[in-house]
Amino acid sequence: MLGGHMPAEATTPVIEFRDVFYRIEQIQILSGLNLQVEQGEILVLLGRSGSGKTTTLKLVNRLVTPTSGEIRVHGVPNDQGDIIRLRRRIGYVIQDGGLFPHFTVERNVGLVPSIEGWPAARIRARVQELLDLVGIPAELASRYPRQLSGGQRQRVGVARALAADPGILLMDEPFGALDPLTRDELQLEFLSLQQRLHKTVLFVTHDLREALRLGSRIAMMETGKLVTVLSPEEFLRSADPWAAAYVRAFGDGLTSLANRGKS
Amino acid sequence: MNVVRFILQNHVQVLELTLEHLWLVGFSTLLAVLVGVPLGIVISHRTSFSKPVLASANIIQTIPSLALFGFLLPLPWLGERSDRLAILALTLYALLPIIRNTYTGIRSVDPAVVEAGRGMGLTDSQLLFQVELPLAVSVILSGVRVAIVISVGLATIAAAIGAGGLGEFIFRGLAMVDNRVILAGAIPAAILALAADLGVGWLEKRLHAR
Repeated sequence: MLGGHMPAEATTPVIEFRDVFYRIEQIQILSGLNLQVEQGEILVLLGRSGSGKTTTLKLVNRLVTPTSGEIRVHGVPNDQGDIIRLRRRIGYVIQDGGLFPHFTVERNVGLVPSIEGWPAARIRARVQELLDLVGIPAELASRYPRQLSGGQRQRVGVARALAADPGILLMDEPFGALDPLTRDELQLEFLSLQQRLHKTVLFVTHDLREALRLGSRIAMMETGKLVTVLSPEEFLRSADPWAAAYVRAFGDGLTSLANRGKS
Repeated sequence: MNVVRFILQNHVQVLELTLEHLWLVGFSTLLAVLVGVPLGIVISHRTSFSKPVLASANIIQTIPSLALFGFLLPLPWLGERSDRLAILALTLYALLPIIRNTYTGIRSVDPAVVEAGRGMGLTDSQLLFQVELPLAVSVILSGVRVAIVISVGLATIAAAIGAGGLGEFIFRGLAMVDNRVILAGAIPAAILALAADLGVGWLEKRLHAR
């Protein structure tokens, strides 16, 4: 049903949320989250604003610390060991790229390799390789982020996240700020990239079309709770009231979208 | 013109007092930067300290300068030499614009950029030196610029406690009711303020992060 995405049963999930609660002061942001992200899949967190999907994402690289429960990365609770090391093994992409405005494209992409102490020649080669991978012409390497278009910034953001070749990618509405044509283009390119790289991806969006197109599985969130986890085909057929409400809100023509991403 | 002739005739003393003035302003600004920038960094990260620190710096700013010089006079070691006193007072006055601009500059760095950096695995000091300070540097420097311009003016009052500087001419001219003498202090002071303003402004532009 899920194509080649599901691994054999015995393997440890790459990311695992166990009974995670998160509260700021008296406000309950997440309650009782249990979720596994498997090797090589794109798990989409879908939900409206304030449903807790971005918080869920930030729990993985510990930008957010849970009130209770634990998050395991490759089977190891992520509050054990060096948090800086953990973050450098996880790629992080946010809306509009989150690029450093005072660094050139080249320095932005080469940042993690450079703080990891790679030799300059290796960094330069890696940056060229990555820019090529995400379709940024080499002559843009010396530009500053504000001299790029939104789509180019987003590509650079993806390249930067991939720089140290992390196994995991966290993506927080990466294509949310783009015009529809550019978004479409980047979604398709991201899928073909993923077919080559096989990263484990946790992807946040509120856009059902995007979720259907990119997701191996869709985890639907509402007011801090995980409602259901479904494949794109299942999602369209689902009788779950939240899922059905989402499908209704996005109207007709969704069926053809589901699983365009499958190889 | 009379003033010009007077300055030319006394050019050795004008130069000497200008250098003294420059020393008072330069050294006190340096101290204020060394204290104010780290303090501004601390309160921008621990915002619960920001109110008391900024309020204290604000209160210092409201003390009339002549009174502040007077308050400091009985202090041990410092009271022995009036230039020490003047430098301390000028440092205290320069703190507010420097602390406040450091605080504002760092707080106004886009939180998404800082969070992206943290998420990529930058340590706190890497975030500070590679992201926050470079992006805040022009705001911080404009605080330094304000501090210098204020100091150049205030330092003329230091002559009242015998700390030297261009204020000597101004006070002497006031006593003698001679405008030429007053202007011999005031004109170089104004030129100094303008030059410092332009100089730091140039630095600000050069260091401005893209």
